[in-house]
Amino acid sequence: MSAPFSWIRPEPWGVQIVPADCWIDPGRAVDRALVTHGHADHARGGHGETIATPETLAIMALRYRTGIENGEGEMPSKATPVQYGETISLAGGVKATFVPAGHVLGSAQILLEHAGERVVITGDYKRRHDPTCAPFEVVPCDVFITEATFGLPVFVHPPIEQEMAKLLGVLAANPDQCVVVGAYALGKAQRVIAELRAAGHHQPIYLHGAMEKMCRLYEEHGVDLGELRLVADAEKDDMRGHIVVATPAALNDRWSRRLPDPITAMASGWMRVRGRARQRGVELPLIISDHADWNELTNTILDVNPSETWITHGREEALLRWCELGQRKARALAMVGREEEAE
Amino acid sequence: MEEFAALLNALVYTTSRNRKLALIAAYLRETPDPDRGWALAALTGSVDFPAVKANTFRNLLKERVDPVLWTLSRDFVGDTAETASLLWPEGSASSESSPSIAEVVETLSALTRASAPTELPKLLDRLDENGRFALIKFATGGMRIGVSARLAKTAFAQSFDVSVEEVEEYWHALEPPYAELFAWAADGGDPPDVTNRPMFRPFMLAHPLEEEELDLSDYAAEWKWDGIRVQLVRVNGETRLYSRSGDDISATFPEFLDVLPIDAVVDGELMVRGSVQGGETGGAASFNALQQRLGRKKVSKKMLAELPAFVRLYDVLLLEGDDRREHTWERRRKALEALMPRLPTSHFDLSQIVAARDFSHLAEIREGAREDAIEGLMLKRRDAPYIAGRKVGLWYKWKRDPLLVDCVLMYAQRGSGRRSSFYSDYTFGCWDGDPDAGAELLPVGKAYSGFTDAELKKLDKLVRQTTLNRFGPVREVERTLVFEVAFDSIHSSKRHKSGLAMRFPRIHRIRWDKPVHEADRLDNLRSLIRD
Ligand SMILES: [Zn+2]
Ligand SMILES: [Zn+2]
Repeated sequence: MSAPFSWIRPEPWGVQIVPADCWIDPGRAVDRALVTHGHADHARGGHGETIATPETLAIMALRYRTGIENGEGEMPSKATPVQYGETISLAGGVKATFVPAGHVLGSAQILLEHAGERVVITGDYKRRHDPTCAPFEVVPCDVFITEATFGLPVFVHPPIEQEMAKLLGVLAANPDQCVVVGAYALGKAQRVIAELRAAGHHQPIYLHGAMEKMCRLYEEHGVDLGELRLVADAEKDDMRGHIVVATPAALNDRWSRRLPDPITAMASGWMRVRGRARQRGVELPLIISDHADWNELTNTILDVNPSETWITHGREEALLRWCELGQRKARALAMVGREEEAE
Repeated sequence: MEEFAALLNALVYTTSRNRKLALIAAYLRETPDPDRGWALAALTGSVDFPAVKANTFRNLLKERVDPVLWTLSRDFVGDTAETASLLWPEGSASSESSPSIAEVVETLSALTRASAPTELPKLLDRLDENGRFALIKFATGGMRIGVSARLAKTAFAQSFDVSVEEVEEYWHALEPPYAELFAWAADGGDPPDVTNRPMFRPFMLAHPLEEEELDLSDYAAEWKWDGIRVQLVRVNGETRLYSRSGDDISATFPEFLDVLPIDAVVDGELMVRGSVQGGETGGAASFNALQQRLGRKKVSKKMLAELPAFVRLYDVLLLEGDDRREHTWERRRKALEALMPRLPTSHFDLSQIVAARDFSHLAEIREGAREDAIEGLMLKRRDAPYIAGRKVGLWYKWKRDPLLVDCVLMYAQRGSGRRSSFYSDYTFGCWDGDPDAGAELLPVGKAYSGFTDAELKKLDKLVRQTTLNRFGPVREVERTLVFEVAFDSIHSSKRHKSGLAMRFPRIHRIRWDKPVHEADRLDNLRSLIRD
């Protein structure tokens, strides 16, 4: 009998499931990959086989090169869809189950079972309600491999209704200007739009071109986003008094010159810290995140109650300290390339 | 406190100077006394509660939050007040309403080191996160939100349509919450009565002399001595010494507090005795000698003996209750010369007029001054009154080469090797127009040298204390410090936003005393291009 959990091997660029010879969220092209969700720090093209939820596969098909090089041009790689709740068998007697993570459309935690041991890898997750994706489910396990993007006690995300009210208040107070909201093109943008609709805002919302396809994909998956228009098709004056949703990179770009006196907003968990907002020249910070905040991270560990907690990426030092204070066994995996600045 | 907290928050997220002015002005108009006065005091860095320091809050938090988590959070956030306001346990919020600033002031003033740890939590519990941030900033001073004292005063002036120079004039005679100032500016009352107070009068300043030649029958020339400009004020027997920015530096130079035999306001250059500037007859040591005496709160007898300071007088503004500022320079000069025999030679001498046949002769004399370590020449219009600020055509400074300009520290970066733990590489900028009319600073160069190790330590400390943003190894700092930068030449450059590139810039001197709005403008720099 080998050492506990030795069949799971964390590397800086991904977690290997040794007996099954496959990887979770690898940062390099591999023969077989299990992918938690479509963000670029977890998903990439070029794997021989990609195993993920149908939504994540659809997102990946839209964003990444799916083929592998075989010397004779690109071959379509194999995409294996797995539904939420479905368990598949991998080589070496490993079973994998995909469970909603509540992060973005299609996002999943992956439960791995082998030799009587249960390991859950969360990918990215949140516990808040999100009209654009299935809610997080608590899965009991022995090893809980968690993210810690907002793993500092200063990060407490306020209720999203409060941030929507702030945004709509500024919009109403400045009818001759527009408010341009910087939001990550996958997940954040669609959630902000859906929450605006839920808050009773039914005006057309203008989109940066880079958002359009992903919004359409969300709509095809049953997420109602209301009337969307493209900034590229609009007259400057038409956008006065309206909300524009753009990629964070576009905010300080020449692109924003086509907007009528824009007030710069940014939807991100980092907006909780004033310096971060100032650094980006944000005038209206909206604290909206698709990641768990400090309380969610720590409460989730209590809910799951694993015998070991492994921390993939983020501010792992503080979460390690919290585990230590609660006499919980924990370790940091020091994963590289997993920082979502746009979060 | 809620309105003040909202103001601070709005200022934090505003980059435009005009927008900041508008926000402060609106607040000052809409907020009742005395809260607005206290807010103005906070924005100008004029409040001080001795029993409350940043450490007081740090300790309060460490009793409530694990110290390791506190330190990790503080390092990430980069600001103690903000970290404390974010980490304060929300659950304890009391049902009492948010306190007014006046109530906060009353509580804070009554605190002792012993009572602070029990009283401050009661205030914090009555506030939300923004309120706590504002309270801690208010209580500990040092807002670090990108608002200078000058900007706040300018906003006050704009808010009530009075001149900022007039505000400056009353400012130093008044105490928070400035009831008389608001009664005058906001409510149309009489101007504050400052006749019996030893207050600061804003300095008359010079423009750099560029291409033009002046007729010496209209202008008198004096040496530009390399010390710090000071104003010595005696009213009703009470004496104060003010620096260029109007800071009271009496405690640093106590030897001047009983040497004026009559009530007067005089303007001059504070220096230390020596023979560097102008040789033996010049009678003044280098600026570095003076530097050792600056910034001290207490002065030892030894220091007084080794580095005796004196004031070389340029001008007289008031004499025995009589305001002479309307008089021409010539008349004031006569009055000053007449005053000299009544002043002790141990502490005062007279700035001599440089006699020259004509302008080109003066230029020759100026060239000769290079060896004498004199900064250059001042040219003063003979028939001009003493007017606060920098009015075109009245006074000129004609600095000698190398090229020297005053720039504002904007960014600092860690050095390498021996200096790797210090922020020793400095990026500085100049104004792209009139700083009081909304101009912005644009970077014009970067320097790594020209300061001593002791100065480096001081600079490093300032950088850490005034950090606004961090970008990897680079910190953006609040605009508080002026460098006099020396460089060999300046050229136009498309690579820089300012359109300028300096050749071999180095820090010639750190102007701890100089307000940032008096730093040079890009126009001045452009006029030095000899491409
Ligand atoms: Zn993600
Ligand atoms: Zn991630």
